[in-house]
Amino acid sequence: MNWPLKKKNNGDGNSNGHIIEMLGITKVYDTGKIQVEALKGIDLVVDKGEFVAVVGPSGSGKSTLLNLVGCLDTPSGGTYMLGGEAVAGLDRDQLADVRNRRVGFVFQNFNLLPQLTALENVEMPMLFGGMGRRERRRRAKEHLDRVGLGDRVEHRPTELSGGQMQRVAIARALAMEPDIVLADEPTGNLDTGSGSDVMSLMTELWGQGRTLVVVTHDKTLASRAGRVVEIRDGVVVTDERAVA
Amino acid sequence: MTSFGSFLRQLVRDVWSQKLRTFLTVFGIIWGTVAVALLLAVGEGVHRRQTKSFAGLGDRIVIAWPSRTSLPFEGLGKGRRIRVDETDIEFLKKRVGGLAEISSEYAQNLRATFGDRARLVDVSGVSPIFGEMRNMVPAEGGRFINPTDMDQRRRVVFVGNELAEDLFGEIDPVGEKVMLQGSPFLVIGVLQAKEQDSSYSGRDHSKMIIPSSTFQALTGQRYVDLFIYKAATPDRNKALTERVLAALGERKRFDPGDTQALGIWDTTDMFVWFDTFMLAFKLFMGFMGILTLTVGGIGVSNIMNVVVEERTREIGIKMALGAKSRTVLSQFLLETFIFTAIGGIIGLTLTWGFCAAVAGTPAEDAIGTPVLSPQIALLTAGVLGLVGFLAGYFPARQASRLDPVVAMKL
Ligand SMILES: Nc1ncnc2c1ncn2[C@@H]1O[C@H](COP(=O)(O)OP(=O)(O)OP(=O)(O)O)[C@@H](O)[C@H]1O
Ligand SMILES: [Mg+2]
Repeated sequence: MNWPLKKKNNGDGNSNGHIIEMLGITKVYDTGKIQVEALKGIDLVVDKGEFVAVVGPSGSGKSTLLNLVGCLDTPSGGTYMLGGEAVAGLDRDQLADVRNRRVGFVFQNFNLLPQLTALENVEMPMLFGGMGRRERRRRAKEHLDRVGLGDRVEHRPTELSGGQMQRVAIARALAMEPDIVLADEPTGNLDTGSGSDVMSLMTELWGQGRTLVVVTHDKTLASRAGRVVEIRDGVVVTDERAVA
Repeated sequence: MTSFGSFLRQLVRDVWSQKLRTFLTVFGIIWGTVAVALLLAVGEGVHRRQTKSFAGLGDRIVIAWPSRTSLPFEGLGKGRRIRVDETDIEFLKKRVGGLAEISSEYAQNLRATFGDRARLVDVSGVSPIFGEMRNMVPAEGGRFINPTDMDQRRRVVFVGNELAEDLFGEIDPVGEKVMLQGSPFLVIGVLQAKEQDSSYSGRDHSKMIIPSSTFQALTGQRYVDLFIYKAATPDRNKALTERVLAALGERKRFDPGDTQALGIWDTTDMFVWFDTFMLAFKLFMGFMGILTLTVGGIGVSNIMNVVVEERTREIGIKMALGAKSRTVLSQFLLETFIFTAIGGIIGLTLTWGFCAAVAGTPAEDAIGTPVLSPQIALLTAGVLGLVGFLAGYFPARQASRLDPVVAMKL
């Protein structure tokens, strides 16, 4: 097992610069008869400003891990510190706040609300964050502009291509200006062209100093990351940093 | 408040975007409300109609007709004729406790003419109170005999509705003059058509009613053919009759136990059976109502369950974006509340409209006028609303307590 090196990239903020710190994380899915042990003790430390690509075969536990990082799910065991704070100690409302302010999540299947326009989808996290209507509109437009969808604000998800939907999802993830962006196979459903657009967006975000954890099968995308973590059968098998 | 505004806007958007689902939910509540409210309204209508036609003869009155004695009494032989006149009626009024209403009735077959039409008509002379006791309601534009008519022996007549048609045809009888035994009588009112299941001397719709004072002056008849009376409440009629028999027996000298001297027909007896029947009917309708309500409730709760199931993913996504459980829940609850309110209001309006539509159609003769009781209506809408609310609330609360990923995968 490779222990991640405790080297700071451009980390500051927390005492030790670790924005994500997982120790012995396990996840067991209990489906009645069978218990699936999806994660069997994951240790993962990510510093502020890192770009981590998580790779591995299908069913190895990548999505499970990412969901736990994003506080969308509860681990079965182990400790998880997010920004120096134990996630297990947070109540439901505090968790909602973490999801709202600290983490932006990009799902593999977009998870846009079909009844809302692109603009309203992007507004959604700001709505839950208690932001005023004007400010929300302005910011949502800005974010859609940034992902190149300034002319599609009134479109509904069904009226958009896969790549456009993914870009709306990215704009939504960035709406609250989170310091961590998590993406689960953001290019998985896209053709090469849209895929490379999304990839450049990711790289750009990294350049802005955000922390990125991206699950991907895409070798090109993984190669752009500063660090590649490989998972097999619920454990980390390799953890390599690219030589900068 | 911006956030409440956004909240509402979002709600409207969510609801509007799912027109079919919204429609089904509201429709379910409408359907349930209409089914229950209409059933009970029709039941109440039938009940009232039955009661009314059953009381066509009068509501729980006692009819007494003086006849001949069948028992010897204090040395007097049997077969003696008992005669009652107006002074005896006054005597009963004064001496018998608990006598709420009493009216004498004189009856004869008299010749009535209007223009070139002449008929032999049952004419009754009665007191003003008779109208109320015997359920003789004047049709619009007319009235029954009043105390002044009585005191001044006015020649005024109240005409049965069928007789009025026969005699006057197209002409409105009120205000017309009709000849009775050669004297002109002013028509003051026509009987409003009524159901009458039973009678003692022909149906009211073919009679003429005049003040008893006028009747006596016209015919010279001194003794009553019969008199009717009632106690303040029906359950006291039996005891009242005993006192009437005792008082009249003493005055007219006959055995109070003589069943022939004064013939008695206490119509309360028929009502005993009738009331039992109506109670059974009401219980039946109540049972059907509860059954329908249950079925409606199950329907509404199923719809609500489907709605929550469909929306669990949406709830999951919203929570993944940082929505707090109570935000998600309160939107859901407000939605349910609005659906229920709209459904209930539409349902009750439809039921009310149906009730109004039946009034005045031939159907009314068969089932009576359905009566929508506001309490029942509100109860129905309330119960269905509560069922829908609970059916939606618990699964929604459960969904809002899941981890976002779990909700999104359901
Ligand atoms: N909700 C669930 N209930 C039961 N088992 C689950 C559930 N979600 C995932 N699993 C199991 O956990 C294991 C890890 O799943 P996960 O989705 O994390 O894999 P993955 O690495 O993301 O795969 P892929 O590359 O195909 O997306 C799999 O064996 C899967 O069957
Ligand atoms: Mg996956």
